[in-house]
Amino acid sequence: MKALQVSRSVRKLGMARIASAISPVTATKLGPLEYASVDPPDLPGPGWHRVHTHLAGICGSDLSLVEGHASLYFEDWVSFPFVPGHEVVGELDDGTRVILEPVLGHEARGFAPPFDGAAPGDGDDYAHLATGPLEPGIQTGFCCSTGGGWAPEFVAHESQLHRIADDMPDERAVLVEPFAGGIHAALLAAPVVAARQDTGRPAVVAVLGAGTMGLAAVAGLRRYVPDVEIIVGARYPHQQQLAKAFGADVVVGPDGLQRAVRRATGCHTIGDHLSSGAHVTIDAVGTSATVVHSLRMTRPRGRVVLLGMPADVTLDLTGLWHRETELKGAYTYGTEHLPDGRTVRTFDLAIATADALEAERLLSATYPLSDHVDAIAHAATAGRRGAVKIAFEVAR
Amino acid sequence: MPRPGFVLDVDKSTPPTLFWHGEGFRLEKLPADRSRVIYAPEPLDAIDDVDGAIRAALLNPIDMDPLPSLLFAGMKLTIAFDDVSLPLPKMRRPDLRQRIIEQVLTMAADAGVDDVQLVAALALHRRMHEFELRHALGDRVYDAFEPRGLLTQHDAEDPDNLAFLGTTDQGEEIEINKRAAESDLLVYVNINLVAMDGGWKSTAVGLASYRSLRHHHNPTTMEASHSFMDQHASELHKSTWRMGKVMRDHGPKVFQIETTLNTDTFPQPFDFLAKREWEWNAKDRALYLATAKSVAKLPSRSARKLFHGIEAPHQLTSIQCGEVEAVHKVTTQNVYDQQLVEVEGQTDILTLGIPYICPYNVNSIMNPILVMCTGLGYFFNLYRGKPLVREGGVVILTHPTSNEFHPVHHPSYIDFFEEVLADTTDPHVMSQKWEKQYAEDDWYRHLYRTTNAYHGVHPFYMWYWGSHGMKHVGKVIIVGGDAATVRKLGFTPASTMNDALEIASDTVGRSPTITHLKTPPLLIADVK
Repeated sequence: MKALQVSRSVRKLGMARIASAISPVTATKLGPLEYASVDPPDLPGPGWHRVHTHLAGICGSDLSLVEGHASLYFEDWVSFPFVPGHEVVGELDDGTRVILEPVLGHEARGFAPPFDGAAPGDGDDYAHLATGPLEPGIQTGFCCSTGGGWAPEFVAHESQLHRIADDMPDERAVLVEPFAGGIHAALLAAPVVAARQDTGRPAVVAVLGAGTMGLAAVAGLRRYVPDVEIIVGARYPHQQQLAKAFGADVVVGPDGLQRAVRRATGCHTIGDHLSSGAHVTIDAVGTSATVVHSLRMTRPRGRVVLLGMPADVTLDLTGLWHRETELKGAYTYGTEHLPDGRTVRTFDLAIATADALEAERLLSATYPLSDHVDAIAHAATAGRRGAVKIAFEVAR
Repeated sequence: MPRPGFVLDVDKSTPPTLFWHGEGFRLEKLPADRSRVIYAPEPLDAIDDVDGAIRAALLNPIDMDPLPSLLFAGMKLTIAFDDVSLPLPKMRRPDLRQRIIEQVLTMAADAGVDDVQLVAALALHRRMHEFELRHALGDRVYDAFEPRGLLTQHDAEDPDNLAFLGTTDQGEEIEINKRAAESDLLVYVNINLVAMDGGWKSTAVGLASYRSLRHHHNPTTMEASHSFMDQHASELHKSTWRMGKVMRDHGPKVFQIETTLNTDTFPQPFDFLAKREWEWNAKDRALYLATAKSVAKLPSRSARKLFHGIEAPHQLTSIQCGEVEAVHKVTTQNVYDQQLVEVEGQTDILTLGIPYICPYNVNSIMNPILVMCTGLGYFFNLYRGKPLVREGGVVILTHPTSNEFHPVHHPSYIDFFEEVLADTTDPHVMSQKWEKQYAEDDWYRHLYRTTNAYHGVHPFYMWYWGSHGMKHVGKVIIVGGDAATVRKLGFTPASTMNDALEIASDTVGRSPTITHLKTPPLLIADVK
């Protein structure tokens, strides 16, 4: 079959990294992503299914790989060559439509789950991601044993599959995975919000960035974290409108976010930092600048949630030390404990949220796999081109 | 003999009209046979012996005893004066305030008064910088008073230095500067640039707190002021008169000193700005070209510095002292004598060139909120009788309207622009939903009190100034402004005047009548 595949090539990764400064088109052409003939992966064993891709989204982490910006951290957690694509809606051989929960968890890899009913992303020992019968890979889309969504077909374990209702369109279903990521980040704000002492007014949660993940976090905050004032820094007008539609109380440009947080919290500005600030800041971008920005506007003993994949960043952590700020990663999803006491799977929340908000409005364009250069370029410049999510549409 | 104001009917032979465009200009050819341009009267003859006139006025006040007879040893004397917002542009040194205050101080010294303090009547404006105080008061007064803590700037947020005087019959609270309130005599030194200034507005506004000001600086009052330049049709002024009555009954004795200036606004080489275009000679045309082209090439910061460095040659045309209302009646007439221009009827469109300066950006940036305020708050209200544009008509402004703010002078403006205007441009809605938050924001309060920042509520007041204009017209278009910024204000951007007229045609038809109010120099259209 013809699929998009990433090979291990230091030379190509380096060229992509350099070329990405010029244009995403050049980076894609020179980089490690190839549209090539590949063999469909074998089913690894019982409980595995063949999934035929309908739509597969292009995520920020995919872009960082294609453009050679991904951290060396992943060296030991992925296996080459792999077919990317972890935001997927497709169908099984029997025609059942499914969404992929891409983490290759304990069950998929033949290990006992960390607790009964655990989701693939649960657990506090990641050994299973790099050991066992499958080649290393944190998710489908980064593992050479399973393939990924940027191909006509791949394999997925039963524990990774969510069967969806007939009335959920593919265009909505492909947004469920990023929604789950955003909702997970939103729920990481909940303990700080609940534990705050100034309970006379809503807790302030700032969201920096309003791409797909930032918008999903806004949606998650509004639906599942009570008593919060959500302030969003969004660069582009369409992002600002969507942030408002998804439940943000205040939406400003990214340069105005710190000022808006100051306004909402009634604090002072001392040098570069707010004297107090947001109870929680969700950084949905993940650059040095945004992490620094997040730390400056988060109150002492507050929490910064890193939702955007940060890679290498340079930080002066004196402020973090002085303010006892908590820096919290938000990688994926799993089992969530909601403020109202319920225990639920993040994906179930994401499906409900995607339905409620008609998430398909975020899907701006689809491309065939053969037009991957244009697709990647569109995704890399989505914001300024008035787009949010770009996906591959795989013809059967 | 200076010529009165003039209304030019534009025909095919009329040369292009000069429009202000921030720190720059535009030459616009207005449609012939349905456009008119209103020019300000030429400057009235100035008083030659300014110091003599000041002395004569102090010794011959209206409805009060001469100043020396009001001064006595052991008394508490406070001299309040208009802040940096007046006059515009700043006047050449020596400033009138200096000349007047020096004479008042001499008389006080002669009477053995040794408890004298000066107060800059800021209201909620920013504190003046030292160089601005020195410009207004002169080095001698500044050096004599400031180092000893006897020159202060009114702090509307200092509860220990505010005095509550009472309420009007309509429940309006009057709270003013405590030192002024507790003085045996409060001398107020005013520069009356427009008919709106002076009277009880000097003390009841300039020395007041937010608690007081909110009673008239609100959308309802502003919307019902038709216009600010016509006191008897202005709810703003009626409110200050009511407050003035409480001041008179329960406040200090006020000795009001009011002055009027002529319209000699621009020194050489900028004097072509005050001339009528068809009277430009070769030198004027060359100066225009040289100025316009060089300003266009300058970075905005340099252009701003150049223009804010202009010191106007405007000169004193009258000074009168004594009882507040009696004085102000004469002052207002003197302003009218200089600035009134008779105009027949309204038009469909009013065009306004917005210059680099307004009362709130002296030595600062004309931010988008101030562009709106200058256009729809100040210039729109430069009328008596009825507005120059018909109800439902169109106002076209020319200004770059960049998204640029002075971070020290206008911190709350930045948030207002980002946060409040993103939510609403309706003055009533923002008043209810947002004003209190900004007025009571501790950080803004801190900046207002300790740095050179306008009060947190000030951008709201600027927006309210335009509420009558916004309600009256059907559309506001800004030519040459940053499109996104203009839209954020709730207005329509246009790239050229022709583009603006095309856009306006949706509201006023294909052949609208047009008035261009060419100001500065300042004028008031007396619309019949």
